[in-house]
Amino acid sequence: MAETRTIEMEVLRYHPERDAAPRFQSYQVPFTPDMSVLQGLQYIKDHLDGSVTFRWSCRMAVCGSCGHMVNGVPQLSCHTFLRDYFPAKVRVEPLNHFPILRDLAIDQTDFLKKLESIKPYIIPAEDKPVESGEFLQTPAQLDRYYQFSQCINCLLCYAACPQYGLNSEFIGPGAMALLHRYNADSRDAGRAERMPLVNEEEGVWSCTLVGYCSEVCPKGVNPANAVNQNKVNSALDYFFRFLMPKGGKR
Amino acid sequence: MTVRKPYVRPMTEWWRRNPFFVRYMLRELTAPFVAVYAVILLIGLVSLSRGEAAYNVWLSALTHPASIVLHWLLLVTITYHAVTLWKVIPKTMPPVKLGGRALPENAITVCGCLATLVVSIVIFLLVGHL
Repeated sequence: MAETRTIEMEVLRYHPERDAAPRFQSYQVPFTPDMSVLQGLQYIKDHLDGSVTFRWSCRMAVCGSCGHMVNGVPQLSCHTFLRDYFPAKVRVEPLNHFPILRDLAIDQTDFLKKLESIKPYIIPAEDKPVESGEFLQTPAQLDRYYQFSQCINCLLCYAACPQYGLNSEFIGPGAMALLHRYNADSRDAGRAERMPLVNEEEGVWSCTLVGYCSEVCPKGVNPANAVNQNKVNSALDYFFRFLMPKGGKR
Repeated sequence: MTVRKPYVRPMTEWWRRNPFFVRYMLRELTAPFVAVYAVILLIGLVSLSRGEAAYNVWLSALTHPASIVLHWLLLVTITYHAVTLWKVIPKTMPPVKLGGRALPENAITVCGCLATLVVSIVIFLLVGHL
């Protein structure tokens, strides 16, 4: 039987009908060395206070639902262990830069709209019937976008981005990483449809290369790289219009 | 159903919340010092184009104690700026492939810092011999 210790967990509480502003509430949580911060929250909900609200699903860093600020750092709480904080207390807050709906649950609407706007699907050059077979791709072509396709929409990068916090019009690291994932795919021909989003002030140009988004990404996507590679693409897109006949329009 | 009343937290003093942001703000703060040094060099270039007398005035101005203090300050701030910039440079470019494998970010940062150091030393020696 693994050793059980007790850690103090501070959870940000906010009830939209009763509270004017969020407040912290402390819980004494017994834990074993294999318990994650998410399991600590689940212990609170099951044994101490059933009203604590938070999102979670897979418990294995795949679904991207349980992102929280753990001691001020954006983390997947299933991927963060209580033993690493003991004997100090661990403070769990909702992800920064998003409106709080209740306790640890944030409003993701803004991101979902942005995700939809970048057309996160392959737009082929021409319709190809299923009977004509699959699209072929070399390992080198796969390599160009693979890392960016690992995004699980957990929003840790948005919680890490002060520019998004200061101006939520900014498309943000996650949506731009996924936009780049499709633009860099050899099967995709939707680049011209997506470039206007990249070129806007609130596209790549709101990024000041803080770089923290890439530090906190639990899947190694490196969204800062996607945003900043697209600054080059956006500049080329701007200057090429002077070189192309009819400003590059077809 | 519960009423929706989303709470938006303020961003006041956001950069003090995380050491990463403090380092970022320091990097941004050192940028004007790079501009100041560029202007000093530009004035030197202009005075050179105006003849020997003007150039000597610029050279003697550089030896003023205030100028020495300023140059030490510039050395420290620009070194910090250079190192932190090389740290983020790998995030701005497509992966550098060597033998089919991507070069790690650290390697690019270390190479950049070394290149800056070597170029600085070479210029220092060249100017010292003139």
